[in-house]
Parts: sequence; structure tokens; C-alpha cells
Amino acid sequence: MMVSFFDQFASPSYLGIPLIAIAIALPWVLYPTPPARWINNRLITIQGWFINRFTNQLMLPLNVGGHKWALLLASLMIFLITINMLGLLPYTFTPTTQLSLNMGFAVPLWLATVIIGMRNQPTIALGHLLPEGTPIPLIPVLIIIETISLLIRPLALGVRLTANLTAGHLLIQLIATAVFVLLPMMPTVAILTAAVLFLLTLLEVAVAMIQAYVFVLLLSLYL
Amino acid sequence: MTYKFLIPIIVVPVVQRKLGDVRLNELCVWLGQGLFLKNHNTWYYRKYIDVRRGGIGRISMLLTGYCVLCYIWNYPHLKKERWRKYH
Repeated sequence: MMVSFFDQFASPSYLGIPLIAIAIALPWVLYPTPPARWINNRLITIQGWFINRFTNQLMLPLNVGGHKWALLLASLMIFLITINMLGLLPYTFTPTTQLSLNMGFAVPLWLATVIIGMRNQPTIALGHLLPEGTPIPLIPVLIIIETISLLIRPLALGVRLTANLTAGHLLIQLIATAVFVLLPMMPTVAILTAAVLFLLTLLEVAVAMIQAYVFVLLLSLYL
Repeated sequence: MTYKFLIPIIVVPVVQRKLGDVRLNELCVWLGQGLFLKNHNTWYYRKYIDVRRGGIGRISMLLTGYCVLCYIWNYPHLKKERWRKYH
């Protein structure tokens, strides 16, 4: 049984066409683009309101130079939320369970923040490696530790997203299988079904997952 | 009851009717002139006046279609997960 549980994460390919292509293209279809009107319909107004509010929150800790990242981070957030929520539908494939995709998001963006920091304010960027007020004997060790923590950040970002989503999907599959197997024997089923439903709602914490991703990305912006 | 026979027959010119209202022998006339008339400012009507209202039906159809597509995509793999080989 162990083999079949993890097979849901293999990228399915039919007639040579990978499903991941459709799964990635689908979020674009789902959001209407605002037409050039003074007042839009309700759906577009709500969508615009959400995006504005979220971007405001995201840009609060940043100075004006960081606001250049607004478009990228907002679109990243919406993309990831949509992909994860779509992955909760039955039989669908979630591209973000693939580590390759998440590292493809994490590494370039993290590297961009580091390089921008180094180019514009090299001394301040290097200064972040050593927190203020450390006792003198600890300085060498702390520099090494801070460097390691800096370098491990993209790995953490990518793996965090992958692991959370994979674990969530796997749990759903496990509990659902348990429910089906226990169906001939009555009482346990009700409890387990309730657990499945609750877990599904909890997995709409995929949204919170994205908050975490983008926010951590934001925190690494010492711009 | 008796006033059923007094319902007036409204005569609408052929070319302005929709296809469902055109009688068979008027079909040629409709086709010939209907296509012509349509090209004037229908784009304006279609863009600003005849707008479709979005509803929950449309997106749920899209998502259901997506689920079905993914099921079809995964079928060769899902075949192995049956509990019985022959049903």
C-alpha cells in the first residue's frame, strides 16, 4: 500500500502531454481581468479590493524601494493560493507538491534579494550577518551561523511549501482510505469521516501556507 | 376560453426574427438578408448591452470539467488501484 500512496505525486502524463502544464495554466483562466471601466462589476471589485488590501499589508515593512516588488509578490501569492486550492479538488494534480517547482520559485527570488542588497548597500547587507550587541568572543561563531542561515533560506522556503502540501494531501488520502476500509464496520466510520472533513477544511490552510511563503520571502527583503 | 381565438397575430418582418421563429419557406430570405443586417453595429451591442451575467454555474462547470479531465488523465494509473480486477 505504501507504493500507491506516494504515486499521487508523480507527474501524470497522458499521450505524452503532462498534466502539469494544464494545472499551471488554469489559475490564469479563473480570474477576470478588469476592463477599462470607471466602475466595474461586483466580482472584479471584490477581487481588486482583496488584492489591494493584501498588497498594502505586504508592503508595510518595506521602504519605497521595496515597493517595486509589489507586483511580483502579489501575483506570486495569488498564483500559489489558486494552485493549492485547486489541488484540493478530487483527482486533480497540485504542481506545488513538486520540489522542483518550489525550488524554482525560491532560489531565484532569494538570490535576487541577496544580490540587490549586496549591490546597493554592501556594508549594511554584510552587517546583517552580525546582530548588534553580541559579546566579542561569540562574533566568529555567530558570523558563521548567520551565513549558514542566509544560505539555507531558499532551501527552507522551497522545502517548506513542498512538505506542507505533500503531507496534507497524503493525510487526506490515508484517512479516506481508512474510512473506506472501515465502512463494513460501522461506528468508527462516523468519527473518521468527521476527521476527514475537518482535515479538508484545515487544508484550506493552504492559503495560510502561501501567506507564510510570501511573507518569508518578504522578510528576506532587506531593501 | 372563448377569447382564445381573439389573440392577435403579431407580424414581425422576416429578417428581424431569430432562427427559431422563421418558417421553412422563408429560410432563404432570412439567410440572405439576415447576415447582411447583422454586421452593422452588433459589436457594440454585444460588448456593452448583451453582456452575460456570470454566475456560480459557469465556474462550477469549469471546475467539474477540470476534475473529469484530470480523472481521464490519471486513468491508466488509477486502474491499478481497484480492489477487484473484474467487476
